[in-house]
Amino acid sequence: MDDKNPGAASAPATTPRVPRWQDAIIEREIPAGSSVLDLGCGSGELLSRLIRNQGVRGQGVELDPAAVVECVARGVPVFHIDLDRGLTGFADRSFDYVIMEETLQTLRRPLEILQEMLRVGRHGIVSFPNFAYWKLRFELAASGRMPVTESLPHRWYDSPNIHLFTLEDFLDWARERGVMVRQGWSLVEGEVRPLGPHDNLQAEEVLLFTEME
Amino acid sequence: MNRNPNPRLDPDPSSVGFTEAKTIRLAGEADPFALDSGAVIGPVEVEYESYGELSAGKDNVVLIVHALSGDAHVAGWDRNAQASGRGWRLRKPGWWDPVVGPGKAIDTNQFFVLCANVLGSCYGTTGPSSINPQTGRPYGLAFPAVTVSDWVRLQARLLDALGLERVYAVVGGSLGGQQAMEWTLALPERVEKSIILAASPRLSAQGVAFNSVGRYSIVNDPNFNGGDYYDRDQPTIGLAAARMLAHITYLSEQSIDGKFGRKLNNGNVNGHGFGAEFEVESYLDHQGNDFVERFDANSYLYITRAMDYYDAAARWGGGDLVEACRRIRSRVLLVSFSSDWLYPPAQCREFALAMCRAGRPVTYIETPSRYGHDAFLVETEAVGKLLHHFLERKD
Repeated sequence: MDDKNPGAASAPATTPRVPRWQDAIIEREIPAGSSVLDLGCGSGELLSRLIRNQGVRGQGVELDPAAVVECVARGVPVFHIDLDRGLTGFADRSFDYVIMEETLQTLRRPLEILQEMLRVGRHGIVSFPNFAYWKLRFELAASGRMPVTESLPHRWYDSPNIHLFTLEDFLDWARERGVMVRQGWSLVEGEVRPLGPHDNLQAEEVLLFTEME
Repeated sequence: MNRNPNPRLDPDPSSVGFTEAKTIRLAGEADPFALDSGAVIGPVEVEYESYGELSAGKDNVVLIVHALSGDAHVAGWDRNAQASGRGWRLRKPGWWDPVVGPGKAIDTNQFFVLCANVLGSCYGTTGPSSINPQTGRPYGLAFPAVTVSDWVRLQARLLDALGLERVYAVVGGSLGGQQAMEWTLALPERVEKSIILAASPRLSAQGVAFNSVGRYSIVNDPNFNGGDYYDRDQPTIGLAAARMLAHITYLSEQSIDGKFGRKLNNGNVNGHGFGAEFEVESYLDHQGNDFVERFDANSYLYITRAMDYYDAAARWGGGDLVEACRRIRSRVLLVSFSSDWLYPPAQCREFALAMCRAGRPVTYIETPSRYGHDAFLVETEAVGKLLHHFLERKD
């Protein structure tokens, strides 16, 4: 499902989203009473649980109009804005956590938003599909065509994912920018486990808790 | 709107039915109401309407605040339309009837809905056409200047008089949206939810300019006579011109073009005259004529001036909107409309962004619409859905 992708106009936002494996970890790791900004919050399921169960001060940002209405129905505060316009309205360090689940690869200017994320939040939580996952590499090598998988279900022409990258690409960027990956998890063969040394090959999706050094 | 204008013959279950306005005295000559300008005014009478039942806990009050040319008659059919000299109300129900009623977005089965006509208007609340106790004649331009904040303080006084401490929600669009904004800033402890439609924290210079031309045409009408015209011919040409101009700012290029295009009235033959040749001209004529039947030129001057002067940041944050927003305790829903050029989305968004910067959660939605500023009244389905969801109690 791509209802969290702000650019995915074709994805019906009314379809209930299967809870992501990342959500459970985020809910576990974020302390009660924190302030949380969820970029590309979709219909607001995660934020709604964080607000209700953990008393967080939550703010969502979403571009899809139907998803925004669902946020209102859930009582989740949501800002209807295009992330590619930046987060200039948000003050430095005004949130404890800024979450960006499965959204980075859909943005026109992903690096700017990453930087903004770590300006506005003390911690940045980011998850994305790892394009260096061995099955993708294999499929690309074997078929010579863009891979279509469960986590990357689109074909080249209808994909909202306009900036595909790998775990190592992200870690390179983090090192260059002085961004520390404090904790990480990965989805390996359907199992969630702490980030391992060979995950650029093994992980299908990753979830990283980052902060400025 | 194809509805039977007589609810007695054909009761519409989604209508509040016949309505009766009430008038309440909220200040006397001896204990006048103090205004922002430093002036005082008394007596002050306020006309208001209410629909639905007040709950035992008095926790279901929805206060609706009206826009420039609005009134307290939000929904249903005015039982006293004829007797009160407001015959135009026989032709259509209250100004937000599609949204307010039993089972509608603002559900009168659930909420006690209240709306009061603002100070300086001409629909039953004290205004320039009311009698000045010092002269025994209508105030005219002797009426003191009024502000959005004055209106909100007077509405609060109405709630006091009705024994209502808190409002569950305050809702308004355009100049009404600015009153909803002012409520949430001025009286943060008294508002649980605030719904602001098509309104920014201050009108742009372009908006002030439009208002200015409207006022210019009124005060230069040969019948204006310094605002003292109540016992003679009214400045109807000036008021109609002001309304025609303002009406253009409520539409959008797209909506005018879609509705009229360049169609001519007379079987597409150029008349080479200077009357209403194009359909759009007849439409504006109609808007102007319709308006002078129901509005007072002096009220138009006072209310547009209040609109010009409103500046949320200046009033509550020493010019800093973020500082002002730190006062907010209520949940806020702010809705702008893509083709609104009177209160454009970028200007409405400023308030939502300031709330974010102030650490206040906010819901801001830019609704796609081709209806311009009028969208807040016309897009009843999209707006109704948002109102319904936002007003729903979540716990």
